[in-house]
Formats: sequence, C-alpha cells, structure tokens
Amino acid sequence: MNNSVAKEKIVSLRKKRSLEDMRFKYYGFTAMCLSLAVLVFLLYTIFSKGYTAFQKTIVLLEVDYNQEVLKLTSDSSDEEMEKGKFFRVKKQAIENFFPDLSKSDIKLVKKLFSINVDNEIKDYFLDNPEVINTKQQIWVTAHSDVDQLLKGNSRRDVPEDRRKLNDIQLSYVDQLVEENRVKQVFNNFFFTKADSRHPEIAGVAGSFMGSLFTLFTVFILSFPVAIGASVYLEEFAPKNRITELIEVNISNLAAVPSIVFGLLGLGVLLNVFGLPRSTPLVGGSVLALMTLPTIIIACRASLKAVPPSIKEGALAVGATKTQAVFHHVVPLALPGTLTGTIIGLAQALGETAPLIMIGMIAFIPNIPTGLTEPSAALPVQIYLWVESAERGFQEKSAAAIMVILIFLFMMNAIAVFLRNRFERKW
Amino acid sequence: MSNSKILANGVDVYYGSKQALFGISMDIKEKEVTALIGPSGCGKSTFLRCINRMNDLIEICKVSGSIKVDNEEIISEKTDVVSLRSKIGMVFQKPNPFPKSIFDNVAYGPTIHGLVDSKNDLEEIVHSSLKKAGLFDEVKDRLNEPGTSLSGGQQQRLCIARAIAVNPEIILMDEPCSALDPIATAIIEELIDELRLNYTIIIVTHSMQQAARVSQKTCFFHLGELIETGETNKIFTNPDNTKTQDYITGRFG
Repeated sequence: MNNSVAKEKIVSLRKKRSLEDMRFKYYGFTAMCLSLAVLVFLLYTIFSKGYTAFQKTIVLLEVDYNQEVLKLTSDSSDEEMEKGKFFRVKKQAIENFFPDLSKSDIKLVKKLFSINVDNEIKDYFLDNPEVINTKQQIWVTAHSDVDQLLKGNSRRDVPEDRRKLNDIQLSYVDQLVEENRVKQVFNNFFFTKADSRHPEIAGVAGSFMGSLFTLFTVFILSFPVAIGASVYLEEFAPKNRITELIEVNISNLAAVPSIVFGLLGLGVLLNVFGLPRSTPLVGGSVLALMTLPTIIIACRASLKAVPPSIKEGALAVGATKTQAVFHHVVPLALPGTLTGTIIGLAQALGETAPLIMIGMIAFIPNIPTGLTEPSAALPVQIYLWVESAERGFQEKSAAAIMVILIFLFMMNAIAVFLRNRFERKW
Repeated sequence: MSNSKILANGVDVYYGSKQALFGISMDIKEKEVTALIGPSGCGKSTFLRCINRMNDLIEICKVSGSIKVDNEEIISEKTDVVSLRSKIGMVFQKPNPFPKSIFDNVAYGPTIHGLVDSKNDLEEIVHSSLKKAGLFDEVKDRLNEPGTSLSGGQQQRLCIARAIAVNPEIILMDEPCSALDPIATAIIEELIDELRLNYTIIIVTHSMQQAARVSQKTCFFHLGELIETGETNKIFTNPDNTKTQDYITGRFG
C-alpha cells in the first residue's frame, strides 16, 4: 500500500470515527437528561403534594374559663387543675361559637374542630392560670376536613353526600373565613407528635425517633462486627477454601431480599428469644443483619485500598501483625469504612419490608423513648399513611417522604464530606 | 569465621511451583556493604527479603535452606520474626513513610519495642536517628509536619532514620535510589558510606556504578542462581565468570 492510498483510507474512516464519537456523546447526554427529568418530576410531585402538610388551619375560639364550669378555684393546686372539667368549657365555647345555634347545628359545628381542642384549651389554662373567670380568644386546631377544604385539597363542587362537610358546614367555614376567624400557620404538630387516627394531629416525631433508635441499634451492632470481620478476612485469614466460601457467601447475603431477614427476625428474635415485638431493638437487629454484608464489603474495599507498602514499613521496623494492622492500616481505612457504614445505614433507613415482619407496622400513638418501646419507623409510617383512606393523610405521607429524603441526603452528604475530607491520594 | 554476620547455605525459594532461587550460599561480613546485582527477575530482592523474613507476607512463597544471622538459624518455624526484624532494618524501593508526622515516623519503632522510658529519651533517639540519616538539619524546624510532605530523597532518608531508630545491626536496602534523582542518589550513597562504620549493609541495586561506588563485596545473581561473589573491585575489573563479565559490560540485562 503506498502512502497516498493509506492517507485516503485514514481520512475516509476518520469521518466515520468522529461521527461515532458524536453519537455516543449525545446518547450519554440524552440518558443523563432523561434520568434528571425523572428525578425532577419525582421531587416535584412529592413537594407539590406534601408542602401543605407543613401548615395547619387554626380557628379563633372564645373560651370562658368560668370557675363554676371548670369546678376549680383560683387557689386550686396544680394537681386539681389537671383534673379541671375542660371538656365542659369546650362544649360551652362551641355552643356559643355562632349566635343562636340549634342542637343539630351544634353537632355540625363540633365537627369543625379537632379532637385535640380539649387539650389545647387545657394547656392554655395551665400555662396562664390567671385567666380563670375571664373570656379568652384562643386559636385552636381545626378538623382535618376544614383544613383540607381551605387548602383546596378537597373539592366543594361534588354532591353533598360525597363530601365530608355538608352544605351547612361549608357555609360555616365560609363565614369563618369572612370574619377572619380562621387562618393557616406552621404545623408544629407534624414535627412534635406521633401517629394519630386524626390527620390534623398526626406527626412524624414518633416514627422519626423510632428510625433514629433503629439506626442506632444497627450502628452499634453492625459497625464493630463489620470492622472485625473485614479486618480478619483482609489481613489475617489464611487464603483457603473456607475463607473463599465465606467471601462468596458474604456477597450472596448482600443480595438476599430484605423480607427474608424480616422472617428471620420474626422466627428467631421474636419467637425463640422472645424479644419485645415492634421495637427498635428488634428492628435494628434485623436491619443490622441485612446491612452487615454491605458494610463488610465496603470496609474490605477500603482496607484493600491502603497500599501494602505502609504495612511492610511497619513490619520491617518490627511491628507485630496486629500492631501493623491496627496502628497503620485500620486508621487509614477508617474514612472509607465510615463512608461505607453510612451508606449501609442509609439503606437500612429506607427499608420497610423486614420491619413489617417484626411488627413495627403497629399503630403507635406515642413517641418512643427507648430501644425496647414499641415504635414505628419512617418508611413504615409512610406506608401506613399512604394506605389510609382519610384525605388528610395524603399530604402527610408526601411530607414524610420529604423528611426521609432530607434525612437520607444529609447522611449521604456526611459520607461524601468524610470521603473528601480524609481521603488520601497515594 | 568470626566476623561472618550472615551465613546463607543452600537457600531455595519457591513461588508456588516456580523456583525463584536455586541453592544460594553466601557469607556476609560484619560492617561491610554488600551489593546484590543482576538483571530484573534474577532473585536478588527475593534473597534480600529472606534475610528479614519479609517473604512471609507472600502466601505462596516457600523458603528452604539455612540462613544464620550471628550463628542463629532464622529460616525456622521457631524464629521470632518480630525481634529478628528489630535487629535487621529494611529500606524499600519506594519511600514509604507512614502518613504521620516526621517525628512519629521515626518514633514508631522505638515506641513499639519499648526502647524508651520517657519523652526526653524518645526525642533524643529521634533526633540522633535523623542526624545519622543526615536529615536532621533539613527538618529540625518541622518535625510535626507529615512525613509525606518531604521530597522523595528526604522521604527515603526518613525511612533510613526510621530503620536506624530501633538500633539494628543490619540494614537491608532494596533499590533505595531507584525512585530518586541523581542528586538525592548521591546524598544517599554518601550516607551509606557513613553508615557502614556501624552497620552491616546489604543493598540491591540495578546501577552497576552505584554498586561499584558504595560496596566492598558484590554478588552477581542470574536466573535465580548466585553466579559470582567477591570483592567489588575484582568483580568489576576481573570477574571469573563470563556471564558476570557480559552483564557488567552491558551485553545483557
């Protein structure tokens, strides 16, 4: 082949090759745009459905703290005040909410208020005992049906029998709006209360604490075990059939469906060992088993990434194997192992199926204060709320998804931070 | 012989089923520099790593034969590898300071061996080791900076200081200058010359000039066999074996 022919061939093929380059670039770009679009759509849906959950509707109610009705006096002790007849005060306040209400109207008005109003009236009094025998205008929580109507989540143009609020109640709400006796404020209940049958006072605090306790259990159980196992496998174990088998099975375990771990928890932890059902202790133990292989794999990778020359240097000055490993290799691998652990914890945070198996799906209206108290977890809470028929829970579930996503983002951000901050280049 | 420091006899090394060294026998004198030369893959590093049992790290590596250090057999199950290594320091091909401060790098050995009782003692050992390695003047104001922040040549001298700090009798050097520039190499070579007064040194090198400059004895390895060993002057001027002749004149390798 002479020179000019070769040149011609190169030129003609060159065009094809650069076209290939371009095509591949655009494929990649399109794929990236597509996944970004899906992500944006997802976040938009969640946010647009959920942001209203961060607000609640409150109604101005005139309460007469009459000492006769309360059966209290101005020198009652705290204990007596706790037992004051606040429900009677509330009943009176509702009867006088609009002028000239008939008995059936009162029933309708009562349904505009949250079940929590009794407590709010009481709390206001306990905070300000001097209001006894005075009339107070206080803002109390509205019923979820009113809340949803004012947020525009439920429609008023459907036939009356398919609405939660009937025509009279609608006119009441309209009147309240006109008189400025209703407004929307930040929904502190969402962050301070546990689950409830009543959407307006249901919050994520219970399940959030449950998730925290669960993650704590996961960390305490899986981190030391994972470090121990990976250090042993990486640095001390003889390379033979048995360790090979163990290695393969760790990878296999990482791929076992999480519900199987849930069954294990149900069968062994609950039925054989008799640990308390629905608790973060059991949930955390099950999730620790599930995340252990993931963390071990990450730990081993970061141990492997430490150059052998460091260990050799330590051994050459006469360090024992344990000293070389724990003085030099493990500290250098620590950022990587922590990152792996956080990723494992993030995985555990989002896991639902095994928790359902061990009963963390129970309805728990209290905020847990310990590892052995029944509690919910965030993903299970979302599952419960999504399933609920009440319209008020829809926005709650979207908002709870936001909470769990922010939690996850923060954990991942910490992982990225640790990686960047302590990463060493060799 | 009275001043024989290391006495190797019929050392065979296998990597799995592949034999890397064939019956190496060698006699290394005290307070001399012995250079191991030979083409790549000839087994000189392997032999060096037998002397402080560094080959133990390689799972498939099997060593047989006998190496005696101060008349004590070291190729044996019973050998205390940790104290052996405190007696035989090693400097590697690529400088490998710990990612810790300069001070901690040197202090590590004495600390784990419990050579010091007080902070002052430790400081003294670190300073004197750095002085012996000819690094003290360059780093005395920044002993708390990481060892990895030094230049390549300085890092290698730091590694030498680290090896000296545990007060060894023998120092093994595995191509200590192959990653360094000519100036840093010259400094290390000078240092080796000084260290010879107190230590027995075995150095693996690819540079014939370096072997000629720093060593008193030279051993030529080829394909896992020890071809010739003798006074450096003699090896480089009038070797007995034609293979040695061919190698040092650059005909192969």
